[in-house]
Amino acid sequence: MSAALLAIRDLRVTYRTEAGGLHAVDGVNVDLAPGEFLGVVGESGSGKTQLLLAMLGLNAPGARIEGSIRYRGQELVGAGERVLGCLRGARIAMIFQDPMTALNPYLTIGTQLTEGMRHHQGASRAAARRRALELLDAVHIPEPERRFAQHPHELSGGMRQRIVIAMALICEPDILLADEPTTALDVTVQAQILALLRELRARTRAAIVLVTHDLGVIAEVADRVLVMYAGRVVEQAGVQRLFEHASHPYTEGLRRSIVPLAGPLPARLPSIGGNPPNPAELPPGCPFAPRCAYAFDRCGAAPPPLAPVAPGHLRACYYDGPLGRIR
Amino acid sequence: MLKFLGRRLLIALPTMLVIATLAFGLLHATPGGPFDTAKRMPPEIQRSIEAKYHLDEPLWRQYLRYLNDLAHGDLGPSFQYRNTSVNELVRAGLPVDAVVGSLALLTAMLVGGFTGTVAALRRNSLWDHVPMFFAVLGISIPVFVTGPLLILVFAVQLHWLPSGDWRGIDIRYLLLPVAALALPYTAYIARMVRGAAIEVFTSPFIRTARAKGLPTRTVVLRHALRPVLMPLVSFLGPAFASVLTGSIIIESVFGLPGIGRYFLTGAINRDYTLVVGITVLYGALIIAFNLLADLCYAWLDPRVRLQS
Amino acid sequence: MNAAILPRPARAAGQWRQSWERLCRHRPALVALALLGFVVLLALLVPLVSPYDYATPDWDELYQPPGGGHLLGTDGLGRDLLVRVMWGCRISLLVGIAASLVSVLIGVLWGATAGYAGGTTDSLMMRIVDILYTVPFIPLVIVLTVLFGRSFLLVFVAIGAVSWLDIARIVRGQTLSLKNREFIEAARALGLSNTTMIVRHVVPNLLGVVIIYATLTVPTVILFEAFLSFLGLGVHAPLASLGTLISDGANHMKSHPYLLTIPAVFLTLIVCSFSYLGDGLRDALDPREQR
Repeated sequence: MSAALLAIRDLRVTYRTEAGGLHAVDGVNVDLAPGEFLGVVGESGSGKTQLLLAMLGLNAPGARIEGSIRYRGQELVGAGERVLGCLRGARIAMIFQDPMTALNPYLTIGTQLTEGMRHHQGASRAAARRRALELLDAVHIPEPERRFAQHPHELSGGMRQRIVIAMALICEPDILLADEPTTALDVTVQAQILALLRELRARTRAAIVLVTHDLGVIAEVADRVLVMYAGRVVEQAGVQRLFEHASHPYTEGLRRSIVPLAGPLPARLPSIGGNPPNPAELPPGCPFAPRCAYAFDRCGAAPPPLAPVAPGHLRACYYDGPLGRIR
Repeated sequence: MLKFLGRRLLIALPTMLVIATLAFGLLHATPGGPFDTAKRMPPEIQRSIEAKYHLDEPLWRQYLRYLNDLAHGDLGPSFQYRNTSVNELVRAGLPVDAVVGSLALLTAMLVGGFTGTVAALRRNSLWDHVPMFFAVLGISIPVFVTGPLLILVFAVQLHWLPSGDWRGIDIRYLLLPVAALALPYTAYIARMVRGAAIEVFTSPFIRTARAKGLPTRTVVLRHALRPVLMPLVSFLGPAFASVLTGSIIIESVFGLPGIGRYFLTGAINRDYTLVVGITVLYGALIIAFNLLADLCYAWLDPRVRLQS
Repeated sequence: MNAAILPRPARAAGQWRQSWERLCRHRPALVALALLGFVVLLALLVPLVSPYDYATPDWDELYQPPGGGHLLGTDGLGRDLLVRVMWGCRISLLVGIAASLVSVLIGVLWGATAGYAGGTTDSLMMRIVDILYTVPFIPLVIVLTVLFGRSFLLVFVAIGAVSWLDIARIVRGQTLSLKNREFIEAARALGLSNTTMIVRHVVPNLLGVVIIYATLTVPTVILFEAFLSFLGLGVHAPLASLGTLISDGANHMKSHPYLLTIPAVFLTLIVCSFSYLGDGLRDALDPREQR
């Protein structure tokens, strides 16, 4: 196997609460190849954001991280702040969900854009400014020089998100982690941002990990998809394969709940019955079993391992038969 | 920004008017007050009052005169100190208050700010619980308790410091009064800064800054400092003003010749013009400091400063 | 109108139980509550049980230090200090709680009206609050007491008048944010009358905030009353609030320090306990506040 850019083995992120351990991420294995666009999809509470945060060591103070995350062979779990500080922003960059709050309202755009580069590469103010202007251009921000002296509240949401993306790319990282970058934006702006991400990936050759709850977004941009549920990966496949041959009941449920633009409207909005489990009180077997239309006794005993169904297509399920049953 | 300033001034003026009117009303309407014509007074005072205040004129005229005097900064004559105006007494006493008050607030800001920040950075540790306990204590014990207690311990029992008196800028004589005055403000600022720091440290833009790989020192100084300081700035306006009014106790406990002490003796000796005049002065200072604090706040917050 | 489709009150019964449980877990608040209860008990019982009363001088027992027949000693007139301090606690607590209740009442009515009415009424009412906020109250109260003579009622009114401003602001803010929440729109769409809305939806949500700030107002009020008593402007002798006792004690601190320290300790205890209790209530009723 070619050297993966990022290799994650048995990653667990646990929080200690009064009720016991809260398993936000419960044993995730995944590899990221250079330049790959990996989509991570799941409901709130599926652990997808915690997974991203763990890669940069940015989880909340009470988190315990176990397992292994290797970036180009270097172990990140348990690495000190100094090691992580060198990687953050420089080799692995992250963009967050809400551009309104992700930028510091008291500092100018220019300062926030250039500080990463000036810290990591020791660039002079002029050099950093030049590079920042290039990036503002790349993310299609009009009048980039003017934006430099402005403050975040003077820009629209879409522009702010572009700035956040430019900020992440300024040191030319290998990996860009994106936590629901379009969720807080209008639908039209969403489309623009996704197009921008695709374009930037082509130019910079960075690998992108995009987390979202919206399967539609995945369909637009991702090469490969990870479906997460209750902190575990339940299905993993190339995007085409996932949409055509989803073989996990949860993925099927997700796919079904997208109402098609063409064709007759269904009588009831399709949804997956029940609620996602409380990560502090996970059932002993497969976490999806309580809501699954195909569950049988084996499902309650132990969680199913992630196993190949076809080349490059993995899933964690005991059920072998055809899907298509509605619960 | 100018619009902001204009709006604040628009509130300040009627407030000043209310205070002045209240003062005027109190002086003239109280039975047994200085202008009660039924009261018998020594003839010299009677004459000087009538001359100064034009008591033969209709009330509204007197009111306008009073406002006019105030607008020119004239607070009237003192009743207990013949031949001395309130202005002269204020001029004598204000520097004392200014020195003690500014030193107290400076101490409070430095000690309180530092303690609060450390408490926030080392949350739920001893660095947090112990100072915060003392902070609650500091807010709860009134100045008229800490003042005498400090004198009891450091002057009477230990003989380390003098128990009072004003000797100009002399640290031995300033230490206890400044400490007593600073204590409640230090406690309040510590709690406030801790709360603000905790809120700021968990805010999304700080997480962005960390995700960029910036060192902690840069994150704290460049990104976190200003939002944490903002509530402090808006607190300082009223704080400056209340330091002045709170000095009433400090001055009587430590024997400092500031405005507060004149106020108190005036209250006891029924020197109405002095007492009311100082109250008006306090009012004006409160308004002025609040305005200043608001301006600073507006200037520091780009969202307000750059309103187009 | 079918009651079954009425929107549920925003603060359901279950939430009150949750808040109670949270309060019980807040240890400092529990300790504070216990201490306060203890002080109240002492203040109520000791004067009833003690052989001494707070006013009768005993010329044989002047300035006795604590111990022996007088548990906490005697003052300059031979009066038992324990009983006097307990009476002081009674007065401080009484004035504190009563004046706080008055100012809470005024503040809630003012703030809720302003917030609910909105528009120019709201602006006007809040401008008045802003103006009153900058009036230097402590000097003004002193002036009033000087001019109108010492009167318990005056002190009471003055104290209450100072503290209602904060509560008015808070309640107005809370009312405004409640007014704009969706469940109010839903209730209105169902045709509920204004009174029903206020009683079933607005008041229960305000209750939490009001309880917190009422509890936090009490220490401020107690301190203010103590301050006025310290200056000799409070209750008349021989009655003494804790402030008066501290003032007397300060005059004799070089020779008889216990006259100062004992009432000071009780005052601090009471005020601190209310502050911690208020903190605990704030954590319990408003968990969004990060501690």
